[in-house]
Amino acid sequence: MKKYSVFAIAREAMRGHKGWEEQWSSPEPKKEYDVIIVGAGGHGLATAYYLATVHGITNVAVLEKGWLGGGNTGRNTTIIRSNYLYDESAGIYDHALKLWDGLSQELNYNVMYSARGVMMLAHNVHDVQVLKRHVHANRLNGIDNEWLTPEQAKEFCPPLNTSKDARYPVVGAALQRRGGTARHDAVAWGYARGASARGVHIIQNCEVTGVKRAANGAVTGVDTTRGFIGAKKVGVVAAGHSSVIMNMAGVRMPLESYPLQALVSEPVKPVVPCVVMSNTVHAYISQSDKGELVIGAGTDQYVSYSQTGGLHILQHTLDAICEMFPIFTRMKMLRSWGGIVDVTPDRSPILAKTPVPGLYVNCGWGTGGFKATPGSGHVFAHTIAKDDPHPINAPFTIERFRTGRLIDEAAAAAVAH
Amino acid sequence: MLLIRCPYCEEERPELEFRNAGEAHIARSANMAGESDDDFEKFFFIRSNPKGIIYERWRHMHGCARFFNAVRDTVTDKFVMTYKAGEPKPSKLPKNSNEVVAK
Repeated sequence: MKKYSVFAIAREAMRGHKGWEEQWSSPEPKKEYDVIIVGAGGHGLATAYYLATVHGITNVAVLEKGWLGGGNTGRNTTIIRSNYLYDESAGIYDHALKLWDGLSQELNYNVMYSARGVMMLAHNVHDVQVLKRHVHANRLNGIDNEWLTPEQAKEFCPPLNTSKDARYPVVGAALQRRGGTARHDAVAWGYARGASARGVHIIQNCEVTGVKRAANGAVTGVDTTRGFIGAKKVGVVAAGHSSVIMNMAGVRMPLESYPLQALVSEPVKPVVPCVVMSNTVHAYISQSDKGELVIGAGTDQYVSYSQTGGLHILQHTLDAICEMFPIFTRMKMLRSWGGIVDVTPDRSPILAKTPVPGLYVNCGWGTGGFKATPGSGHVFAHTIAKDDPHPINAPFTIERFRTGRLIDEAAAAAVAH
Repeated sequence: MLLIRCPYCEEERPELEFRNAGEAHIARSANMAGESDDDFEKFFFIRSNPKGIIYERWRHMHGCARFFNAVRDTVTDKFVMTYKAGEPKPSKLPKNSNEVVAK
């Protein structure tokens, strides 16, 4: 892997940019690997990267039915934060946030992590109580979160409507300054490049069609559209399709898959300096470096794998955006799209060993998995390498739905999920 | 937005009038306190989440307000049929539907 640097740019400028190499190779699949990861999204590629860098396991294949980063990694609204309520969540999401800081340097790839602040609005007494509880819980866990008055919120985000006669007046806000955004595609590409350089095989257009198990129940490999590929350890990181893959291994999951939509506006000059979320009016917004307003909607109400969703969901979200930011009422929307998110009953992920020996699962990130990408890959790689969870993901078992030891983060997102 | 046929009103109405109520044909135990942890987990948390044909409950919230069941393909979001609550899970689906039945 040739290092990217200012000298590399200068060198390539001198010779017509003919020396850039492919960021990752596309090898033919081998008959057998030590570890197979199902799903080349951010979480899967990060898992492969940390298997190679932290645990020295490089005989790894990442199988992807479509193209790398083409699922929810390429469809989310790129928001990063760790202001979750419970200790377990604080542990895993802040682990990720600490890795975001410095990720570009580690990967030698600009993931454009921008700690521009995530501000969550309160519009009524209940919001104030919930958000202040989050602020206090976060601070006890060493996570930055602070309470703002409406005037301070306006100062932090000037286009926000804080007038007292708004239909849903802003009565306060919680601000996590370390929160922000990153370039979603670059995260997948950076991890792919780093993993590939260390010998990991990234195999695109290779759909898993079955999970093979030995007589004793242990995993022996996977059937794919490119033939059988053997491995004693298989990690499923398939987002909305996780339950489909797990069913192939005979494991029924506490998951339901829903469409989640997002949309972007025409590009405009910098106007939204941070991320703004509102649970009550039901929307969140930030601005990409290209200038588009990036807006996230809620999930549709029914199980679907259609990667689309109802128009009324977008309309509802835009109503909320126009309520929060009357200056955007004349903005044109450019594109909208949907991703399929796998939602658990307690809205917390599952990163765990499974009842099947050699089978591991990292799923259930629901509407908010992007922010956790580095931390999720890091602890999932540990879980696979050691056949034992990292202390950070130890609470995120499948068994919690039998024991009742839930991690109830249903209030964590800004939209219905 | 989906168009959904309410089997009570016998009309196709826009999705906005309806609330999805999750997977259908999950029987509630008559003796909930006597359920084992495993069985309670299956009843309460485990879902089939099929990619293909799903049997699900809907409620015609802003109409007759009644619950009914539907068969839908989760890849195309097309409804195969709807039927009244309490009717058995259809063993055969109508032939005119081109849908693939989930394994």
